[in-house]
Amino acid sequence: MAQPDPTPADDEAIRKRQRSRSIVTALILFALVVLFYAISIAKML
Amino acid sequence: MATAPIDAPAAGLPADWRDFWALTKPRVMTLVVFTGLCGLLIAPGHIHPVLAFTAILCIAMGAGAAAALNQWYEADLDAKMKRTRNRPLPAGRMERQAALHFGVGLGAFSVVLMGLAVNLLAAAILTVSILFYVLIYTVWLKRRTPQNIVIGGAAGAFPALIGWAAVTGRVDLLPVLLFLLVFLWTPPHFWALSLFVNSDYAAAGVPMMSVVAGTRATRLQAFLYTLPMVAVAILPWPLGLAGPIYGVAAAVLNAIFLMLAIRVGFSREEDPALMKAERRLFAYSILYLFASFGVLVVDRLWFA
Repeated sequence: MAQPDPTPADDEAIRKRQRSRSIVTALILFALVVLFYAISIAKML
Repeated sequence: MATAPIDAPAAGLPADWRDFWALTKPRVMTLVVFTGLCGLLIAPGHIHPVLAFTAILCIAMGAGAAAALNQWYEADLDAKMKRTRNRPLPAGRMERQAALHFGVGLGAFSVVLMGLAVNLLAAAILTVSILFYVLIYTVWLKRRTPQNIVIGGAAGAFPALIGWAAVTGRVDLLPVLLFLLVFLWTPPHFWALSLFVNSDYAAAGVPMMSVVAGTRATRLQAFLYTLPMVAVAILPWPLGLAGPIYGVAAAVLNAIFLMLAIRVGFSREEDPALMKAERRLFAYSILYLFASFGVLVVDRLWFA
């Protein structure tokens, strides 16, 4: 059965959810960059 | 109460990041991280703080991955239990496939990072602990035998070994005793819980000891497992692996545990709402594990 077209409210909710997921993903990636840099330095000592 | 189909998130909405976080069972992770950290702190030798942080992060991610895969596999069971039916999958807030990908990805990442940044032994034990929880406990034992949590308890016992191995690159007697302590602590801890949420497990068809063998046998076995647990908990002191701070604290902590286990063992209460002894043992068992590990760290650092 085909799903009904999303309403503008659904669209807004989906965008909001995507935005918050993107922000969290960016923060995690940034934290990993910092961690990998720190690990590289620690392994050299 | 009707639950949403576990494969259909509402209105095609992508899962919220908080649902992925919930999938890792953060409260369970707290205990895993704590025991892993204690294993790391009591180990002889030195580890760079960045690598120590990485090791604990990997333990946390590994535990989170195992929890996500557990919920992916058990979504149907979780939907039947009051305690778990609001989790992301049974509540219909996430697609099962997303949970599977998240769990496998997180688990693989944690093991690879542990191997590259810390050492291969710690990575190998982490791999075994994830696979043990997912394959041996979740897939094989949980739905088949009332001894599920006895053998499955080993999965929760690995972090102290991993923490120790992260520092030393080997496994010694003390972390093995800590492994055994958590392993033997699991039956009285979980069976105390299962006694007062028995109807939930029965509704889901999980063969918990209290469902299959009845409350009397469960109480007796919870008490019987407490005896070797107490012996293992005390052992580091006479073996010279811990000092008097741990010895005295362990004696007190274990005497209280034993007293509460005896009360549960001899209780005849059948109404879950009136099972005070079981609730006390369950609540105290959590405090007991935190306190035992915490005191051991203080003792080892004090006499280092």
